[in-house]
Amino acid sequence: MTRVLELDGITKRFGSTLANDDVSLHLERGEVVALLGENGAGKTTLMSILFGHYTADTGEVRVEGRALAPGKSRAAIQAGVGMVHQHFALAANLTVLENVMTGTEPLWRLRSDRAGARRRLAGLAERFGLPVDPDARVSELSVGERQRVEILKALYNEARILILDEPTAVLTTQQAERLFATLREMAAKGLSIIFISHKLHEVMSASDRVVVLRGGRVVAERVTRQTTKDDLAELMVGRAVERPHRPPARPGAVLLEAEDLHVSGKGGAPLNGVDFRLRAGETLGIIGVSGNGQTTLAGVVSGLYPQDRGALRVHGKPLRRQDVPHVIAAGIGRIPEDRNAEGVVGDMTTWENVVLERLWSPEFSRHGVVRRGAARAATARLLEDYDVRGARVDGRVRLLSGGNMQKLILGRVLDAGPSILVAAQPSRGLDEGAIVDVHRRLIEARARGVGVLLISEDLDEVIALSDRIRAIVGGRLSPAIPAERADARLLGLMMAGDWSAAKAIEQEAQAADAL
Amino acid sequence: MRFERRESGSAALTILAPLGAIGVALIVAGVLITIAGANAFEAYRLILKGAFGSRLGITETFTRATPLILTGLAAAVAFRARLWNIGGEGQFYLGALAVTAFGLFPGLSGAPAPVAILACLVVGAMAGSALLLVPVALKIRFGVDEVVTTLLLNFVAILFVSMMIEGPLKDPLAFGWPQSVPVPDAALLPQLVERSRLHAGLLVALALAVVVWWVQARTVFGMRARATGLNARAAAFAGVPLGRTLTLVACLSGGLAGLAGAVEVMGIKGYVTTDLSPNYGYSGIVIAMLANLNPIGVIGAALFSAVMFVGADSMSRALGIPSYIADVTVALSLLTMLVAVFLTQYRVRR
Repeated sequence: MTRVLELDGITKRFGSTLANDDVSLHLERGEVVALLGENGAGKTTLMSILFGHYTADTGEVRVEGRALAPGKSRAAIQAGVGMVHQHFALAANLTVLENVMTGTEPLWRLRSDRAGARRRLAGLAERFGLPVDPDARVSELSVGERQRVEILKALYNEARILILDEPTAVLTTQQAERLFATLREMAAKGLSIIFISHKLHEVMSASDRVVVLRGGRVVAERVTRQTTKDDLAELMVGRAVERPHRPPARPGAVLLEAEDLHVSGKGGAPLNGVDFRLRAGETLGIIGVSGNGQTTLAGVVSGLYPQDRGALRVHGKPLRRQDVPHVIAAGIGRIPEDRNAEGVVGDMTTWENVVLERLWSPEFSRHGVVRRGAARAATARLLEDYDVRGARVDGRVRLLSGGNMQKLILGRVLDAGPSILVAAQPSRGLDEGAIVDVHRRLIEARARGVGVLLISEDLDEVIALSDRIRAIVGGRLSPAIPAERADARLLGLMMAGDWSAAKAIEQEAQAADAL
Repeated sequence: MRFERRESGSAALTILAPLGAIGVALIVAGVLITIAGANAFEAYRLILKGAFGSRLGITETFTRATPLILTGLAAAVAFRARLWNIGGEGQFYLGALAVTAFGLFPGLSGAPAPVAILACLVVGAMAGSALLLVPVALKIRFGVDEVVTTLLLNFVAILFVSMMIEGPLKDPLAFGWPQSVPVPDAALLPQLVERSRLHAGLLVALALAVVVWWVQARTVFGMRARATGLNARAAAFAGVPLGRTLTLVACLSGGLAGLAGAVEVMGIKGYVTTDLSPNYGYSGIVIAMLANLNPIGVIGAALFSAVMFVGADSMSRALGIPSYIADVTVALSLLTMLVAVFLTQYRVRR
């Protein structure tokens, strides 16, 4: 075997986070390597360094023994590295042939050799089993076909090493299977392939070797044939699971009930029939790999858009209108997934941010005029009660640290006295101290009888806070397991869509409840 | 060299920025005046003298500032909500035309002056709003870029005005000149100063600047419109109805521009021609930017612009410098203001 690609001691730091920490890996000719890891494990950063989008702080990339000039995509392309991005880099208004040819001819040439290019494209398509119509406009193609064009584009540039960033993220199961069959065939013809994934089953079925990345470091390397799904799940999640002290749940009446929710076309992954019940005084944790519908689920419960099909009942009744004011008036408090983009208007003052979502209430406005005095007073009290540091009532919210911004959001939500709390990624990007604070608030709310719907990618958080845990996969929810039964392996399987073990546990728990 | 976002914008900087911008613009324009062969200080002295040195100068300056305040407010209101209304010019003309068309309504000439004036102002504002509602509806419904549609509608509106004053609204007593029927006497705005063109429209404009400031700063609608402009996603998450808010903003913005046209035709000319506006609509954009979108600041920025235009006329007669220097100075001040606004938000690092 010949070594076609080597990454040697790659380290990359963004501000205070270490995205890649001394990562080394290699690729042999004709080999398919899977790069496995959770979101934020550093997979995409690593591949972006390889392809010259970023420059590594230290370390070297060698292609066929020669060092690659850092920070230059062109150097990578010339060395025979082709990249298929997760979000395709195609021009939708051009044809397949034009897209493939883009960037391959010198800028100053007056005539482009379309006939020659067409022949070469047809040859490549034939050889690698990737049929396309060269004259079709990209805008008319399905996602699967677009991906094929991306691959052909790389091959047209004489790529001998192909890197695919989460290639199945946008594909259906059948399309994904076809893709992996093609990749195997291509590898057999001498191409070397790295694909990035967090889906265990495709790693198991399509790779020769697996490199597991966690927290920016290579934590394990396995030959696929000698490992198991369970093994990989544990390696990927890889934490000792600990539960902090928390009073036992005293679940009460059903507060929020979703029945067969379908939502699509809201810019995120669709929901394909979501059912759940949230009771007073319990926390239901929803885990999952991002892009499986959690944003859409949070959005529909937060009142950002109505469902296409199915019902959402609050206190047993459907909402009169499913918009934000009605959702808030029904007693749902909402902690948005993205603090800066959704949670606050950074250039408005603290008090304006506190009252903006409740401007309609007579507490903060009368006859269309804002009651500034009341709003300011409420804000001053809230800053005190929720220990928001560094904020002034009339200061801009932009200046707050992430932790204090989140405290402010929590404060404005809890201050309204909600009976239901929807918390999406409530501690994302916060430091340890702030996380402890946010968690304490959520546990307190639950103790007061609030039903908490916790949607998070942070497994530690979900295990620490939840009473029951479900995984969202492809817009559907897995069976619920009691949090005491959760371990890394089980959660890994649930997130990967293997629900058989969870199903058994759920039935067991239900039987125990019935007794 | 790198730019870093400032931690906080200080109040002093916000006030100093437009003054500094105007100062730099005057210096650069001074270089041009020098190149044209005159003493820059002398030229600026004459501009100030032309604008403020006589009764005629002062009244003319304020007369000129009146429509500019209104079109400036129109742009400021829209831009605050990130609604890029470039169509002030068309809305101005449509507002003016609507007033003359409404003047044909027989009941109007018999009505008492306050009623007639108020009715005409409302009609002018509604016409301006209507013209802006079309592109805004397209933006909300289909995501059509309003910069393009509002800009192009200017040409449509002006050609429509041209068609109307050559056709159904043509004044039969104008010896064949393309001008509209006159506004009935009852609807003409009273003069503020005798033997001048200064009319009550100035009071309307000043009052509206205060009203707009109050609406933006104190009302639920104003707060929602600002939130929409600053962060539409967060506004939507907080339950701000984006479409409805933008529609209201469009009514206000288009209404102000239409009102500018109505006031101009009711205060000065009495009839519409296709040269009613020396680009008042477009100048409103510059004025709004100079004012940093602050409604009260719009008054100052409109005055600056009016001083330059009125003063430059008399300066150019005295020194033989083309009066286009006023256009150049105002345009330069926009460019320097954009830089100044940038510098209030970012600091330069090496």
